[in-house]
Amino acid sequence: MVIKVLGSGCARCRSLEKLTRQAVNELDLDATVMKVEDMQKIMEYAVMRTPALVIDEKVVLSGQLPKVAELKTLISSFS
Amino acid sequence: MSFLTDSVISRSYSIKYKNLPGLLLVPVWIIIYRHLQEMADFIVIRVLQMTPEKHLTETMRFFFYEVPKVMMLLVLIIFAVGIIRTYFSPEKTRKALEGKPLFVGNVLASVLGILTPFCSCSAIPLFLGFVEAGIPLGVTFSFLIAAPMINEVALVLLIGMFGWKVAVIYVLTGLTIAILAGFILEKLNLKRYVADWVYKTHARQNMAQDERMTFNQRISAGGDAVREIVGKIWIFILIGIAAGAGAHGFVPDEYLAGALGNQHWYSVPLAILVGIPLYSNAAGIIPIVSVLIEKGVTLGTALAFMMSVVGLSLPEIIILKKVLKWQLIGVFAGVVAVGIVIVGLIFNYIVFI
Repeated sequence: MVIKVLGSGCARCRSLEKLTRQAVNELDLDATVMKVEDMQKIMEYAVMRTPALVIDEKVVLSGQLPKVAELKTLISSFS
Repeated sequence: MSFLTDSVISRSYSIKYKNLPGLLLVPVWIIIYRHLQEMADFIVIRVLQMTPEKHLTETMRFFFYEVPKVMMLLVLIIFAVGIIRTYFSPEKTRKALEGKPLFVGNVLASVLGILTPFCSCSAIPLFLGFVEAGIPLGVTFSFLIAAPMINEVALVLLIGMFGWKVAVIYVLTGLTIAILAGFILEKLNLKRYVADWVYKTHARQNMAQDERMTFNQRISAGGDAVREIVGKIWIFILIGIAAGAGAHGFVPDEYLAGALGNQHWYSVPLAILVGIPLYSNAAGIIPIVSVLIEKGVTLGTALAFMMSVVGLSLPEIIILKKVLKWQLIGVFAGVVAVGIVIVGLIFNYIVFI
């Protein structure tokens, strides 16, 4: 599974990356978490609010900062 | 969001019962709010045993009255706005603006700029999303001017420190600037000054539809907004009011009036120039503005200063540099600055509050 966190260097974007990594660790999943900061790449996902979360090329969250528990539910629904 | 259903359902049950005592808090809120001055007097005179009429006593009374007042207003209004905003999103706003004729588009974009949840770190994706949907540049600018300038924190602080009248005037003039500046920018036909790559970007997929929210979720979104915003700005407000309280007790009235009073035509442009490099959100600047006014700076000059700090800030301009060439940024800043000057002068010469 490939999980991308879309967002520039803003505080909420950094928190989402941190929380996502934490969720993946706690779920003990074999997933790659990467941060996408390039605006052109971000726009390819038609996201108008950052941070956004993309799992296997599908946008699942945008403009929100969920709790770790919610992230875990979300991520495990894809595995 | 369908995959969150289980957790959402279990959460909404607990929220349903949590909301009951919450609603009972509204009358309690009103009763406390109406007696804040008595409470402040009680703390300062009875508990702290300070002598009335002394400078320090006045300073303390001001502080113990203003802090709870502003905090209570903040919680109530941010909560309400947080709920209202769950009915709006940048995606819906974009849809509403698509294909609207120019002036109507500017008006709509400015109003939606107030209501749409938006943080300045999303300015670029939002700008690109609007451009891609074919929304005119000027309409997009109306949105980008209104969104930071008129926000709920500014509203609260203006109500708290100057009353409803000034707050309404601020909103109306802010809207007018956003509408007219956007309209003029479109008429100037500046499309060629948008960074070239912007028009080459194309989305590969459509964004997932907005999820439907239950009313309980909306209420908890209001609660989240209060925690997030108040958690971030309370310290600025505390410092701002403390500075205001200090000035209230110690700086002689009319002290600043000499330099920035309405007898000088240049006071408004000067206030704007001073305001551009200063970056602050409304939370930090309004307590300072309140001191300026109390010490004799006229309302128009003070409002111009505030709009300049909040609406024309260097960090925001630097963010926009990624998508706009400097010529366009220059015209943008210029048009907004002229709008603010006009508003400031109108207030200084025509409106007296």
